[in-house]
Amino acid sequence: MKGSNHNAAEQFRLEDVGKIFPRRQVALGGVDLTVRRGEKVALIGPSGAGKTTLFRLLNLTLRPTSGRLFLDGADVLELHGSRLRDARRKIGTIYQQHNLVPRLKVVHNVLCGRLGQWSTARSLLSLARPGEVDAAYHALKQVGIQEKIFSRTDELSGGQQQRVAIARVLLQDPEVILADEPVSSVDPALASSIVKLLVDISQSTGKTLLVNLHTIDLALEFFPRVVGMRNGTTLFDLRPDQVSEDLLEELYSGRAPESESGAIDDEEPSPPILQ
Amino acid sequence: MKSPARPYFNNAQKSYFPYLFSALFLAALIDSWRRVGVDLPLLFEKQGRDNILKFFGGMFPPEHSSQFLSLMARPALETIQISVVGTLIAIAIGFPLGILATRNFSVGGILNEADTSGSPLRYALRFSIYSAARGVLSLFRSIPEFVWAFMFVRAVGLGPFPGVLAIGIAYGGMLGKVYSEIFEAVNPRPLEALQSTGANKLQIFFYGWLPQVLPNFVSYTLYRWECAVRASAVLGLVGAGGLGQQIEISMRMFNFNEVLTILIILFIMVAAVDILSSKVRAVL
Repeated sequence: MKGSNHNAAEQFRLEDVGKIFPRRQVALGGVDLTVRRGEKVALIGPSGAGKTTLFRLLNLTLRPTSGRLFLDGADVLELHGSRLRDARRKIGTIYQQHNLVPRLKVVHNVLCGRLGQWSTARSLLSLARPGEVDAAYHALKQVGIQEKIFSRTDELSGGQQQRVAIARVLLQDPEVILADEPVSSVDPALASSIVKLLVDISQSTGKTLLVNLHTIDLALEFFPRVVGMRNGTTLFDLRPDQVSEDLLEELYSGRAPESESGAIDDEEPSPPILQ
Repeated sequence: MKSPARPYFNNAQKSYFPYLFSALFLAALIDSWRRVGVDLPLLFEKQGRDNILKFFGGMFPPEHSSQFLSLMARPALETIQISVVGTLIAIAIGFPLGILATRNFSVGGILNEADTSGSPLRYALRFSIYSAARGVLSLFRSIPEFVWAFMFVRAVGLGPFPGVLAIGIAYGGMLGKVYSEIFEAVNPRPLEALQSTGANKLQIFFYGWLPQVLPNFVSYTLYRWECAVRASAVLGLVGAGGLGQQIEISMRMFNFNEVLTILIILFIMVAAVDILSSKVRAVL
């Protein structure tokens, strides 16, 4: 069933979306949000606000337990099987913990971005003899670590792994890029350049970009739209110049932004194997 | 303080089950000890001691005439060959069934949540595939390879072939079961990332799953091969070729010195397989 009043420029529309985990823990309680194609949105808010859960709903990993979520006008509840995979292919995700496969070479992790387009046979063949090495090299060059292409991924530093994850999304070439705390494991200078890279890609290719950020300054500097989340719902949805000190204080009131290890709001930190 | 939810975990809650199971376990242990008739002193009584001495005394010196040794070369080689071909068949059975019998691959967890939610039919289909795979694996391994061999000897006649089939099926069941346990212990985060690129389950398996567990996977498979060397010797006792057949002949003739020689050959073969597999593990 299509959304009754679907607008072709809409990428995502969330109507009162809620998510309750099996242990009855409420992660999201009624989020309304519309994101247009090509928009660049930063999400900020304290740990446990539900930002990561929201992203896992948007990239079709989790399903809302209440409310409705539309992707390109289609209710995601009706996507199954190959239609679900086709929809996922349109959304590239950069995870806070990189979520690379540690024992694979960098080139294979980057080429994972192509899996949605490759046949199963071709993917298997590529494990023996990497296909599209040129494309992988080009993507790695864009993030500045092309010399690591044949290294094993778990030999790379956290910041390098984050860039491999970005290269993977570049190869996926999605319509939407979701970046969940992409800079929490890198130093401030690199953080700024990674966020800038994502914004530039979105700018030049018209991709929709949503980024969870712990660093408020980066959100206010690079994004024309800033959404503040708290307690599983949105507190404000404004232009950066409208975000006042008072609003930020309210957003984080009672609890200062927690340390990075506390930033994961619905799962345990990944094991040290990824660090 | 709120505890973090892990959506791919079961809802483990505090319960009385641990106590119940501890009590059951203790009761089972005590009852079993009584019923199987554990009677340690029996081992040290005169008649038992004499028989043991006769058996071991007869073993020395081991038969080492070149004629006997050259006679054993063929059965020894045959035992290795049975174990190799049997293990390959076991992998061919256990690998695909083991994947399907992996819960977070087939039914639950992050790879199935979105696809099965709101679609009970899909869930039912996956659950039946998962259950069927587990059922077949249980059946294959609950029947001892000895019994399989006995059946296959009736079906295809004496020789190494029934031994190969017996090991292939019984070990296929064991491999599949342990494979599924190895697969279930994988870190799900990279899998989630692969899924979000639009990859299908098989692609996720070969890119995210297998690479993460490869050392365990290979190591356990090699261990099973080592067991298969030993098992293929035993299977000879029911006429399935290899060294076992020779053990049976020598035992029946009370040539315990020949038995010892065969056991030494077997030991050398198992040790060689062990060295080989530790070399392979070192490379991974």
